[in-house]
Amino acid sequence: MSHSVELAGIGMTFGTTRAVSDVSFKVEAGEFFSILGPSGCGKTTILRMIAGFIEPTDGRVLIGDQDMKGLGPNQRPTAMIFQSLALFPLMSVRDNIAFGLEARGVGRAERRAKADDLLRLIALEGYGDRMPGELSGGQRQRVAIARALAVEPGVLLLDEPLSALDLKLRQHMRAELRALQKRTGVTFIYITHDQSEALAMSDRVAVMSAGLLQQVATPRELYDNPATPFVARFVGETNAIPGRITDVQAGTARIDTELGPLLGRAGQGAVPGAQGTIYVRPEALMPGGGENPLQAQIDRVDFEGSFALVHGRFDSGAALTASVPSTRLADAPVPGHRASFGFQHAHAVVLGDG
Amino acid sequence: MGDLKNRFGPGLSTIFLILVLFWLAVMVLAPNLMMIDYALRPNLPPAALGGPDDTYTLSNILYLAGEPTHRAIFFKTIWASGLVAAVTFAVCYPIAFWMAQRATTGQLAIALMLIIIPFFINEVLRTLAWFIILAYRGPLNAVLMNIGLIEAPIRWQGNGGVLAAMVYAYILFMLLPIYNAIESLEKAQIEAARDLGASRWRIHTRVVIPHAKAGIATGFVFTFMLAAGSYVAPALLGSPGSRWFTEIIYNWFFEGGDWNRGAAYALVLLVLCLAVVLVTLRLFRVNLTDVAK
Repeated sequence: MSHSVELAGIGMTFGTTRAVSDVSFKVEAGEFFSILGPSGCGKTTILRMIAGFIEPTDGRVLIGDQDMKGLGPNQRPTAMIFQSLALFPLMSVRDNIAFGLEARGVGRAERRAKADDLLRLIALEGYGDRMPGELSGGQRQRVAIARALAVEPGVLLLDEPLSALDLKLRQHMRAELRALQKRTGVTFIYITHDQSEALAMSDRVAVMSAGLLQQVATPRELYDNPATPFVARFVGETNAIPGRITDVQAGTARIDTELGPLLGRAGQGAVPGAQGTIYVRPEALMPGGGENPLQAQIDRVDFEGSFALVHGRFDSGAALTASVPSTRLADAPVPGHRASFGFQHAHAVVLGDG
Repeated sequence: MGDLKNRFGPGLSTIFLILVLFWLAVMVLAPNLMMIDYALRPNLPPAALGGPDDTYTLSNILYLAGEPTHRAIFFKTIWASGLVAAVTFAVCYPIAFWMAQRATTGQLAIALMLIIIPFFINEVLRTLAWFIILAYRGPLNAVLMNIGLIEAPIRWQGNGGVLAAMVYAYILFMLLPIYNAIESLEKAQIEAARDLGASRWRIHTRVVIPHAKAGIATGFVFTFMLAAGSYVAPALLGSPGSRWFTEIIYNWFFEGGDWNRGAAYALVLLVLCLAVVLVTLRLFRVNLTDVAK
């Protein structure tokens, strides 16, 4: 059983601070949906409004098409996984998992059976009698997920649950969370400030900034067609070169920059005469020039194995980051020297600055 | 030891050590040993001291066992002190929870001030304030009669008055340890319990109280000991029907002139208090070291 979640123009004001303004989107049932944004952008506030810990000051939260107004967190078909996990340290792993069932008055034998089922699901069979403090970080993580799934929620809300883990474990848990979501079919709403996490796991991602919704799209769409300058800069690395848009034709925009005229796909706000910026991904910049030639001074080349990260400055002074595949390192730039780059116009996007 | 020396140097740590030993030996150990010595000797006129009758005996303690009125007051003091601790807990727990988990910084400062400021005043005066409030023709009866809750004044002095004064006198000793304990509980745990569908009652019984167990036990131990050893509240607010065991001890010393019997009574009270405390700690499964923290 999974539910859709719809936010209809929700807003939240704490005192005089506007934490969230007029956010609307719909998460489909069974979707893995992420809300991505820097800290303080309002994403946790949104999650807490969905969970019912706080009531939005404007707008409505609908879960499974039901208006949730006035319902507390214990009355909503949601379960939350907290950033700190919030496992109960004085209860065994099994009692932790069965806590929601205990609260619903389920009998002891049934609770035990269900908890053991869930322990199997998270591959911690036989750990039921341990205390949370005796488990590793990744195991505690999985217990927290099992505890939330025990109440058979229609929506699982995850508040940056992986942030406390080290990189290796985090990457492993990403895959595990994704698999678990597919297996259970529960709607996941996942909060993170880590864009690679959001891109890797989600069906769709909502990007937030300063309490405002920037874009809701699939990870691919978000990366290739950012709707706003914020999304272009926040999601993935990018080279931003400002200028004035002079011409837009058949989806291609021409922009006059300090480095000369450049071509890119026309994005939001790209109209002739407007101030704009062309955004080029590091992997789109190829050494050697060609279409859209650019000159740059090279400061540093970091060899990373399959590719090398080239750092430098364009002649206009703007920072350059290019990711050059190892197979093309033959014509790799040399630190301290000048080099030319180029990119195909289909690999860059021009957005209005408004 | 080594730790102390490293931190303060040999000179200062020796002074600390001597002060602590002095305090333990002269202020704690010696008076208690003297009390035990007194308790186990008969009350003799000065001329007979050191004579053939001056031998160790259990007669003072057996006298308490054989005296029905004193025995009844003794047991009543024990269970009534338990009641004082329980009522104090019932009063303090909601306040402590609110202060630790719900109050804003400003509210917390005001609440702490309101609770602590009365304790700047001497205990006798605070008890006297209750004496005035609870007086037969006092403000409480006047208010209750004015709003029509009672027809005639109630005589509060006696068990009710003693209970009220003691609960008030020992609030801090219950409130602060519980506040400290609940304060360290992560808010997300309460939210998680709520999110999983737990009722308010279950959140407290399954999450908050188990977490605050050591603080609650500490509060119980403090309040119980203070209540059992209290003299002012029963003396000022009690009635002949609500005598406290400490009053009888006092009487043996200062009115009966029998220090030996008074010491024996005090010794019995001390031993039983200790027993109650240890049993409580065992029931709560808390260590004495947790309480000391």
